[in-house]
Amino acid sequence: MSRIEYPANIRVIRVMCSSRIDPVHVLYALKSGADGVLVSGCHPGDCHYINGNHRAKRRIILLKEMLKQLGLEPERVKIDWVSASEGERFTRIVKEFVEELKKLGPNPLREGIWEV
Amino acid sequence: MKARIGVYVCHCGTNIAGVIDAEEVAKYAATLPDVVVARDIMYTCSDPGQNTIREDIEKHGLNRVVIAACSPKMHENTFRKTLESAGLNPYLLEIANIREQASWPHFREREKATEKAKALVRAAVAKAKLLEPLEKRELMVEKSVLVIGGGVAGIQAALDLAEAGLKVYLVEKSPSIGGHMAQLNKTFPTIDCSACILTPRMVDVANHPNITLLAYSEVVKVEGYVGNFEVTILKKARYVDEELCAGCGACADACPRKVPNEFDVGLSKRKAIYVPFPQAVPLKYTIDPASCLYMKYGRCKLCVEACPRGAINFDQKDEEVKVKVGAIIVAAGFKTFDARRIPSLGYGKYRNVITGLELERLSNASGPTGGAVLTASGEKPKSIAFIQCVGSRDLKYNSWCCRIGCMATLKQAFLIKEDDPDTEVYVCHIDMRTAGKGYEEFYRKLREMGVRFIHGVPSELFEDSDGKLMFKVFDQATCHMIELKVDMVVLQTGLEPAEDVERLQKMLNVSLSPEGFFLEAHPKLQPVEASTRGIFFAGCCHSPKDIAETVAHASAAATKAITLLSKGKVAVDPLTATINPEVCSGCEICIGICPYRAIQLTEYGGRRRAKIVDVLCQGCGSCVAACPSNAIEMKGFTEKQILAQIDALTEG
Repeated sequence: MSRIEYPANIRVIRVMCSSRIDPVHVLYALKSGADGVLVSGCHPGDCHYINGNHRAKRRIILLKEMLKQLGLEPERVKIDWVSASEGERFTRIVKEFVEELKKLGPNPLREGIWEV
Repeated sequence: MKARIGVYVCHCGTNIAGVIDAEEVAKYAATLPDVVVARDIMYTCSDPGQNTIREDIEKHGLNRVVIAACSPKMHENTFRKTLESAGLNPYLLEIANIREQASWPHFREREKATEKAKALVRAAVAKAKLLEPLEKRELMVEKSVLVIGGGVAGIQAALDLAEAGLKVYLVEKSPSIGGHMAQLNKTFPTIDCSACILTPRMVDVANHPNITLLAYSEVVKVEGYVGNFEVTILKKARYVDEELCAGCGACADACPRKVPNEFDVGLSKRKAIYVPFPQAVPLKYTIDPASCLYMKYGRCKLCVEACPRGAINFDQKDEEVKVKVGAIIVAAGFKTFDARRIPSLGYGKYRNVITGLELERLSNASGPTGGAVLTASGEKPKSIAFIQCVGSRDLKYNSWCCRIGCMATLKQAFLIKEDDPDTEVYVCHIDMRTAGKGYEEFYRKLREMGVRFIHGVPSELFEDSDGKLMFKVFDQATCHMIELKVDMVVLQTGLEPAEDVERLQKMLNVSLSPEGFFLEAHPKLQPVEASTRGIFFAGCCHSPKDIAETVAHASAAATKAITLLSKGKVAVDPLTATINPEVCSGCEICIGICPYRAIQLTEYGGRRRAKIVDVLCQGCGSCVAACPSNAIEMKGFTEKQILAQIDALTEG
C-alpha cells in the first residue's frame, strides 16, 4: 500500500528508536520555528528495542506538561504509534495533526511573533 | 579535515523525476556549503550510477556522500558498499529519502514535493558534514536454529538446516508434527496422497541426529539478538513417559472416555489418552487432562493397568527447556475461517453443509468414514455444490484471497467425479484462480469431466424437509438466475492468521501486516526475512500459500538462516552508544534505562563511571536521551547531527 497522500509540509528526521529523541530535540525544533512536532514509533508492546517507546512516551508526556508552564500549547507536540505496515494510519495521523496545528495557528516562537 | 560532499539526486526512472524536478534539486544542492559536486542520475543504484560516485570520490576527493533517492531501508547497504569500494568509510554516507517521503506521497503537488526534496537534501548535507568514520563490529553466533511450528513448512526448514550441519530445535505445540498437511487427503494437481509424501519427511525429522524435536511444547520467551538468542520452551506434561511409551495403543483401547477428535475436525471420537493420528511423530501417547477421568475425578487409571511398559505417569510436570540459537524460523501456520460467522450459509445448522477441510477428512481413507463421502443420513450424495471464497475476498470478513480454495475444490471435485462420474458437481465461484504449474490444465480437465462452474456465489442457503439444500445463484456468465437443489454443500473456507500469531509477534519483536500475517522486510527482495535480524518466516504464517509454495518458502528461510550462520560470526552496524568518562557523573540513570543490560559501572580515574559493553549495545539510543550530563553519544545519530538536521529543516 504505497502512494497514499498526506500533507507535504511535514519533514522527517530518522532515528533508530523513538527513545533516542531527547525532549531537547523537540524544544529545539519548536524554538527553530516548527509549528508542531510528531514523535512516532512502534506500538506499545511491539518495540523493536524492547521498551524504548514506553520511555519516549513518558518523556513526551512530561514535556507537554512543561510546554503548558512555558505558555506554549501542548497540542503542538504529539506522540503516536505507527507500525511498518500502517501507511494508512500514518497518513491519517499526519493529516489530523496538520489540521490541529492549522487551528492553533503559527508557532509564536517563530521569529517576529515572540522574542526568544 | 574539511568536508567535501558529493550529492546525487536519483530520478529512479519516473518514480522520483516524474514528480520532483531532480535537476533543480541537484542544482540547489550544489549551492549548499561544502558541496563539491552535485548531480542528478537516472538510476543511482545501477552500475553506471555507482561508478559515477566512485569516479567523483577519486576525482574530487570527496569525503562525504549524500544520496537523495529511495528509503535507506532499500539501498543504504548498496551505497555503503559503493563508498567502501572507493576506499571511503561506508558510514560517511547519508541518505535523503525523497521517494517514499516526497515523490510518492505528494505526487499531485509537484512544486511542494520538489521543495520538500530540497529541504531533505539540505538536512542530509548538514548531517553528512558531521558524520564520522565508524568500524563494523563482528559478533560470534550460535550455529543452531529454532524452528517454531511443525507443519510442512517447519519440517522442510528443519530438514534443510539439519542437512547443512546446523543444530535444530523444532518446537510443535500439538502432540505430533504434521500440521494441516497431515489432515489432507490428496494434493493438487497431481492427486498424490498427502500423507504418503509427508510422513516419510516426518520420520526423517524424528531420526535426524541434528534435530531435537520438542513436540507438545511451546516457546514462551525469547531474549537476545541476532546470532545469540536465548529461548525458553515449555514442554507440556504428556503424563506418559516418552522414553517408555512404545506407541502400542493398549492404553487408548482401555480408556473409557471418548471426546471429539480435533484431527478429524470433530467428525470422529478419540480417547482421553491418544495420538492425533496413526502416523504421528513422535508416536507417543498423550493424556488430555481436560478429558481424563482420573485427572478430573480421581478415579479410573484403566490405562495404567493396560500399559505393558508402565509408561503412564500422572505426576509428570511441565518442564522448562532453555536453548541458545543463532536464528529463528517462524513457521506457525494458519487457521481456517469459521463458517459459522456467516449464518446465512447454514453451517452448524444444516447437517449437510460441511467445510472443505471436513470433506478432506471424509474422503480420506484413514478418516472417520474410511474414505466414504456420505450425507448426514449416511447416503452417498448424488449432487454436491461447492461454494468458494467463504470468508475470503469479502470486505466484511477477510479481504484477501486464500490462494488454495479454487484448487482444493477442483481436487475434491475430481475425486468425487472419479469415484462416481454420475455425481452432479457444481462450483459456485467469484473467479476461478488457477495460476500455478499444471493448475490451469487441471481446471480444463475438470470442465471436460462435466463439473458445472457457476460464476457467482449464493448469499443464502435453505434446507428442505428431506435434508436437501436449496439456493439461488446469479450466474454472471449467462446472466441467469439459477436455482439448485443438492444433497450436500461444501463451503470452501479461507485461510486466516493462526491464533498465537500475536503472542509470537510480541515475543519476537517482529511486525504484522494489516491482515495479521507476519510482515517480511521487503515484499519482493526479502520475502522470508523479518525486519528484526536473525528471524525468518516460512509458510502460511507469512501469507496464504499452497504446499509447493510453502515448501519453497521454507527452504528459502532455511537458506537465509544457513547463510547468516555459516561464517560463525556476523557483521553488525557499529551504530552504538559510547560514554565519555570525563563527563559521566556516575549517576547510574542509564544503567536502569538500558533494555539490554549493556551498561556497567567501572572505575575511571578513581571514580565510578558508567561504561557501555559494545557487543551488547543494540543502538536504540534510549540512554543518550536520558543522560543528565550529556555524557553519552550515539554513533550515527549524534546530538550535533540531529540538531543540525533540525536547523536545516526549519530554515526557510
